[in-house]
Amino acid sequence: MSDIVIIGGGECGARAAFALRERGFDGSVTLVCAESHLPYERPPLSKATLIDALEPKLVADAGRYLSDGITVLTGCSVLAIDRAEKSVMLSGGQPLRYDRLLLAVGARSRLLPDMAEAAGRIHTLRSHDDALAIRAALHAGGSLVIVGGGFIGLELAATARMMGVDTILIEGLSRILSRGVPEEIAEAVAARHRAEGVEILCGQAISAIEDGAEKATVRLAGGRTIAADLVVVGIGAVPNTALAEAAGLAVENGIAVDRYLRTSDPDIFAAGDCCSFPLDLYGGRRVRLEAWRNAQEQGTLAAANLMGAAEPVSNVPWFWSDHYDMTLQITGLADGATTTVRRPLGDGAFILFHLDGEGRLLAASGIGKGNAVARDIRLAEMLISAAARPDPHALASPATKLKSLLAA
Amino acid sequence: MSNWVEVCAADDIDEEDVIRFDHDGRTFAVYRSPEDQYFATDGLCTHEKIHLADGLVMDDIIECPKHNGRFSYKTGEAKGAPVCVNLKTYPVKVDGGSVFISI
Repeated sequence: MSDIVIIGGGECGARAAFALRERGFDGSVTLVCAESHLPYERPPLSKATLIDALEPKLVADAGRYLSDGITVLTGCSVLAIDRAEKSVMLSGGQPLRYDRLLLAVGARSRLLPDMAEAAGRIHTLRSHDDALAIRAALHAGGSLVIVGGGFIGLELAATARMMGVDTILIEGLSRILSRGVPEEIAEAVAARHRAEGVEILCGQAISAIEDGAEKATVRLAGGRTIAADLVVVGIGAVPNTALAEAAGLAVENGIAVDRYLRTSDPDIFAAGDCCSFPLDLYGGRRVRLEAWRNAQEQGTLAAANLMGAAEPVSNVPWFWSDHYDMTLQITGLADGATTTVRRPLGDGAFILFHLDGEGRLLAASGIGKGNAVARDIRLAEMLISAAARPDPHALASPATKLKSLLAA
Repeated sequence: MSNWVEVCAADDIDEEDVIRFDHDGRTFAVYRSPEDQYFATDGLCTHEKIHLADGLVMDDIIECPKHNGRFSYKTGEAKGAPVCVNLKTYPVKVDGGSVFISI
């Protein structure tokens, strides 16, 4: 095996490329990036990028790719995969041969049903260029409507308020963060946003969004009409599966891979936001994660398995989200939990532990100022990984160090 | 020409733990290892300037609370993505039950 091609210039693809070299792979490595930038970190796009960064925060600078002997093709996409020939067709028209292929093609912004693409005053936020377009339209005293009360929308709302922008956030369901975030934590996030001046409207269906020369207009089914300088639609992400589907690979809420990140073709792997995989720790449940750390860890794991190792996915899901000076962190998957234990940490910070009927810790979610919950969430992640059944009273007592439960 | 600064009482840091220490406009992280030795590094992660003292100490590793960047707090060595720049370390001594760092 001498040629590895990685499609996708995000966190995952870049990490995979470097990890191949760190593990001693000495064949060719080609990273195909659809965007014109070198791979960059996406978490700042809803935060710092909107305030003060014109340049993307690169995963690594150009010199690192050069010294690692990684060929980076920017502004280049893959039109098709020829599995019989083991080659991909690049957008420039040339084929590129592979021995092993990694699909790290990510996800794209979900659009509203009758929305062809983001245009004019109506935006989505996924790429650095999206962030720059939003940034150019945001200014103090201006107005913003955000459609969708998920993490992207809420982080954007926080940034917009810090910039002095009038912000209204519209959520279709009865509360924000309804997917995977406990109600008490979602309520803490909502309360803070309201205190900062964000108007949050839940349970609202949108009947139309109209672009206009002066303002965009959002019409709610309830009759209210809201005009704003810009509208950002943040209603989730859709995995990029078209290339895999056209190549006949199995797709199931993302490109379907096994526990080694292998697709239905043994020479093609997939990793990061684009793939669904079975998580042994949760009874082999098939999940797809849209998170920075998952992208990084799966990129690294894919590199090992591209080189012939057989290391299964074993990491516990984890992510964070920032709102003003507060950070929320969640680890694990709470589905199937029957008991919730609350651990107060002072200064308003707290953690909720989610346990199943047998007392096994499935997930932990916390929120607080700065990184107040980080250490305990990290320890919870280790307890989950160890399939621990910690004493609920110990979890609830801030006087009990979680580290002591890990040793038990 | 060392400038020893008192940080805290030796007992103020638990074994295998870390505290934040601010001095003269700078911030440091001061550690007590599982072997009951004391160490000190710059207080902020080299990736995104996060206070490391909110992170988790495991053996001789400090893990950043934000993005899980890892360093050896004994040598300052960065232990892999997303961190690639080492942490600066400082000499530490325990004298009369107090911890001092040389800055």
